[in-house]
Amino acid sequence: MSILVLTESENGKLKKNAFEVVSYAKALANHQNTTVTALAINCDEPGELGNFGADKVLNTTLTFPYFDALIYSEIATQAVKQEGSNLVIISSSANAKYMAGILAAKLDAGYVSNVVDLPVFGAHTTVKRMAFSNKAFSHTTLHANMNVLGLSTNAFGAAENQVNAQVIEFQPNIPDQTMTQIDVSQTTGKASIADADIVVSAGRGLKGPENWGIIEEMAEVLGAATACSKPVSDMGWRPHSEHVGQTGKPVATNLYFAIGISGAIQHLAGINASKIKVVINTDPEAPFFKAADYGIVGDAFDVVPRLTEKLKALQIGSV
Amino acid sequence: MKILVCISNVPDTTSKINFIENDTKFDKQGVQFVINPNDEFGLTRAIWFKEQQGATVDVMHVGRSDADPTLRKALAIGADKALRIDTDATDGFVVANQIANFVKENPYDLIIAGRESIDYNGGMVPGMMASVLGYAFVNTCVGLKIDGKEAVAVREMDGGSETLKTQLPLIIGAQKGLVEETDLKIPNMRGIMQARQKPFEVIAAKDINANTTVSKFEKPEPKAHVKLIAADDLDQLIDLLQNEAKVL
Ligand SMILES: Cc1cc2nc3c(=O)[nH]c(=O)nc-3n(C[C@H](O)[C@H](O)[C@H](O)COP(=O)(O)OP(=O)(O)OC[C@H]3O[C@@H](n4cnc5c(N)ncnc54)[C@H](O)[C@@H]3O)c2cc1C
Repeated sequence: MSILVLTESENGKLKKNAFEVVSYAKALANHQNTTVTALAINCDEPGELGNFGADKVLNTTLTFPYFDALIYSEIATQAVKQEGSNLVIISSSANAKYMAGILAAKLDAGYVSNVVDLPVFGAHTTVKRMAFSNKAFSHTTLHANMNVLGLSTNAFGAAENQVNAQVIEFQPNIPDQTMTQIDVSQTTGKASIADADIVVSAGRGLKGPENWGIIEEMAEVLGAATACSKPVSDMGWRPHSEHVGQTGKPVATNLYFAIGISGAIQHLAGINASKIKVVINTDPEAPFFKAADYGIVGDAFDVVPRLTEKLKALQIGSV
Repeated sequence: MKILVCISNVPDTTSKINFIENDTKFDKQGVQFVINPNDEFGLTRAIWFKEQQGATVDVMHVGRSDADPTLRKALAIGADKALRIDTDATDGFVVANQIANFVKENPYDLIIAGRESIDYNGGMVPGMMASVLGYAFVNTCVGLKIDGKEAVAVREMDGGSETLKTQLPLIIGAQKGLVEETDLKIPNMRGIMQARQKPFEVIAAKDINANTTVSKFEKPEPKAHVKLIAADDLDQLIDLLQNEAKVL
């Protein structure tokens, strides 16, 4: 009845969210008096998961190095069956959300995404999750015997919890691939919006694509990802992949800088799960000031370069 | 090519979110409902296929008649037929299985659903349908080409994108990027008139129990006031971020 947690790796290296989902599973397991089994696919250091409380790691190496939602969910299903689990924990990454629905259907399980807290146990178990694009929470009651919980990024955090993880080579039956990857483009050397601790986001206040140098420089100094408001991507100033908000990518980072962004309701909805928000805007009436923790009323072209200089001295992004 | 586009009926993005009946129900009072934006990108691509390569486009909703105006809008934009499975869309599991049951008897080459709806943000419907039906599936789809039975789809990932080749039948989770914003269609008078003549079927639901139910909603705590920092005192901002917020 171990809790099964799916961990993610990239180029063999465990992702930050792997430690978070394992930490969450461990807290749950302690409460339920059970253990945590982590599934690691194409991972070079599966033993590291023991640092965050995984009692057992099922380790699988595939012949192809990339994520395949159908294959991964099949492997996870076999792991669940082997461990006799009735609770599966996954992250909120794009890959996790891609496979979650497939996995839940295979397991005939209830699936709750965007979970922000530990479940509350009782006659019926309920979990708190984000809904209405971060404008509200819903307390969702689980009715199935098998459940998959998708933990919202940064909602729980990673908590060190040293145990000696028993790493077991897991050899599931792998079905034939029905989809093949024919091309991949990775934004190399730069943090992604989903994984970055800090996101530097800019809007129409920047006036034109030629002015993004100051944003990129600030992001580089912070080791941050760059993002933008919807009109900025609609006008082609920045790629669509940088568009954040209700109809773009969700952001749940530790620190979000909004530069020259007014703070429309659709923008705020998508970024609200971020912990600390800093706004830099010439207009003191901009709605973003109502949603932010810290604000500077000022001109981005004056403030941002000076701020970048000061941040350089902290040597944050130099790792 | 037969295309099915799954449509969720959601509050307009500008809606104020409030709850009634002891925070157990969403307050629909004064709220304008629209086609879920992710579904609208998908519908627009479906109509592109219809116009450019020849296809029929059906739209499908699981829910009650209050969504009929939204389905009529989809017809006015260019869909050929509307289908509504008449039941409460209690959770994504119910929606996915209701549609999958219908599709088992009425197969499609391509099924498009939004990556997630902007109200409940469940994000499970397309994947569950794919699993139940055994169709290929590409989520967060930002590009799709179809040639005969072969499909090439671009999937947005965290920090990049990949191109996948597969065979129809296929389900995609649609989102922004699948079509340009300027491609989105506003219904014109002719489209609205034609929509009235188009078939609109209400289908009896199968008996499927929900795996999850919402017991209560909650609104986030009101935000504490923003701390304003003078534009010439950036050291203070850095100090606050390091020592008060502890995020640097
Ligand atoms: C269905 C729908 C979905 C939407 N989804 C999204 C979404 O997902 N994400 C999103 O972002 N938007 C979304 N929008 C758009 C949203 O309503 C706003 O139009 C958009 O967020 C505004 O972008 P902005 O803040 O960059 O531009 P503006 O609103 O034009 O704001 C620019 C800001 O820059 C400030 N400024 C100007 N010059 C400077 C300067 N030199 N220094 C500092 N500040 C300066 C101005 O004071 C202003 O506040 C959506 C809209 C609709 C209808």
